[in-house]
Amino acid sequence: MNYHWDWQFFFQEADDGLKYYEWVISGLGWTTAVSLASLAVALLLGSVLGVMRTTPKRWLVAIGDTYVDLFRNIPLIVQLFLWFFVVPELVPDKIGIWMKQDLPYIVTAVVGLGLYTAARIAEQVKSGINALPRGQRFAGLALGFTEWQTYRYVRLPMAYRIVLPALTSESMNIFKNSAVTYAVGILELYFQYKQIIEKTSQVLEITIVVTMAYFMLAFVMNRMLAFVEKRTRVPGLISGTGGK
Amino acid sequence: MSDFDFSVITANWHFLAEGLRYTLQVTVTAMIGGIIIGTLLALMRLSSIKPLQWFAAGYVNFFRSVPLVQVILAVYLILPLLLQFLTGKMIPIGAENSAYFTFTIFEAAYYSEIMRSGIQSVPRGQIGAGYALGFTYGQTMRLVVLPQAFRNMLPVLLTQTIVLFQDVSLVYAIGATDFFGAADKITQRDLRPVEMYTTVAVVYFVICFALSRLVKRLQARIAIIR
Repeated sequence: MNYHWDWQFFFQEADDGLKYYEWVISGLGWTTAVSLASLAVALLLGSVLGVMRTTPKRWLVAIGDTYVDLFRNIPLIVQLFLWFFVVPELVPDKIGIWMKQDLPYIVTAVVGLGLYTAARIAEQVKSGINALPRGQRFAGLALGFTEWQTYRYVRLPMAYRIVLPALTSESMNIFKNSAVTYAVGILELYFQYKQIIEKTSQVLEITIVVTMAYFMLAFVMNRMLAFVEKRTRVPGLISGTGGK
Repeated sequence: MSDFDFSVITANWHFLAEGLRYTLQVTVTAMIGGIIIGTLLALMRLSSIKPLQWFAAGYVNFFRSVPLVQVILAVYLILPLLLQFLTGKMIPIGAENSAYFTFTIFEAAYYSEIMRSGIQSVPRGQIGAGYALGFTYGQTMRLVVLPQAFRNMLPVLLTQTIVLFQDVSLVYAIGATDFFGAADKITQRDLRPVEMYTTVAVVYFVICFALSRLVKRLQARIAIIR
């Protein structure tokens, strides 16, 4: 193959005075920041929606179901474009102008990715709560807990433990999904990848490096949550005795 | 917001429809190719030959750990290099064609995991029964195990296809004109983002929502066999 391998280029200076490897590191930083912030949004909102979908209140269930249907059936990139280019036009002028001029890109991107992921988390939280025997709720109510307290002290602590493996894979997915935010101007890892290819044409080297970086992010996340899983496991359940 | 201008949509519907057609073509190609390659990978993963197991596991884990947008761009740039190395000639592929290849090999990893759990859901006795009838390994798989695995996993395979249908929008990264790409190009020219992006979102929603409801009904129908 007449491809010219050159690993040295990472230490060459780019136009902005930084070296190319520093572009990679800065991209890695933004990817981590966007992903973790979106994950926080998604966990919070996803939990609320997931709980709503298991309550006896019809209208709460309907809101939760509609949200999940809406956000799961539109591609992520389209959702991000809606938040960036459509929503500012639909809201009152004042807010629209503020969104376009003063609101940092990163906030919109994090909210967009977070709301998208929340639909997935809501599915999992719901299935975790539904996996519990009905008696758990009744036992809580019999102890004099309010409906909310049965969630807080009885059902959610178990539900989260049950769905932790699924949440782990969703948390690993969010790093991959965060790559899509390049399309709305976030200078994350994929953006830098694309930019370095345009500047240097060293496709293979940078592909190897960026791929390894994504591997590493997913791996670290996986190990961290495996640790949480180990620390929070419930003795007596199948998952509580063995497993990884 | 000013008025929602439907004429932008009607004036460009032909271009949008072309984009949608391309999206559907990529989806169907990648679904068929991905399920075939994915099934082969699943059989390799479950075979008793170690190197085959390693290869399949490596393939699946690799593609499941990298972002799809990155694979789309990397394949688009690396495939011509590879072809040039193999044939000695420069063969221009084009963004549109490279996407067919990318989605097929990428989705194969996901379909493979589905087929693997499908095969594992078939009772072990079925394989024994196949051998007892004098079938070879290939016949047992083809005539006994795979049809059942496929049937059990049909709803999951279709759900993955809906995800794939949405993911085709990421060919934006290499500038191919899929449904979303078409709308984006019209937006660049006519500067009507509200109409264009809303149309894309609504059409995607209607198609995916309807399909996912159908899959749910199918699931309820299939679930009774055991």
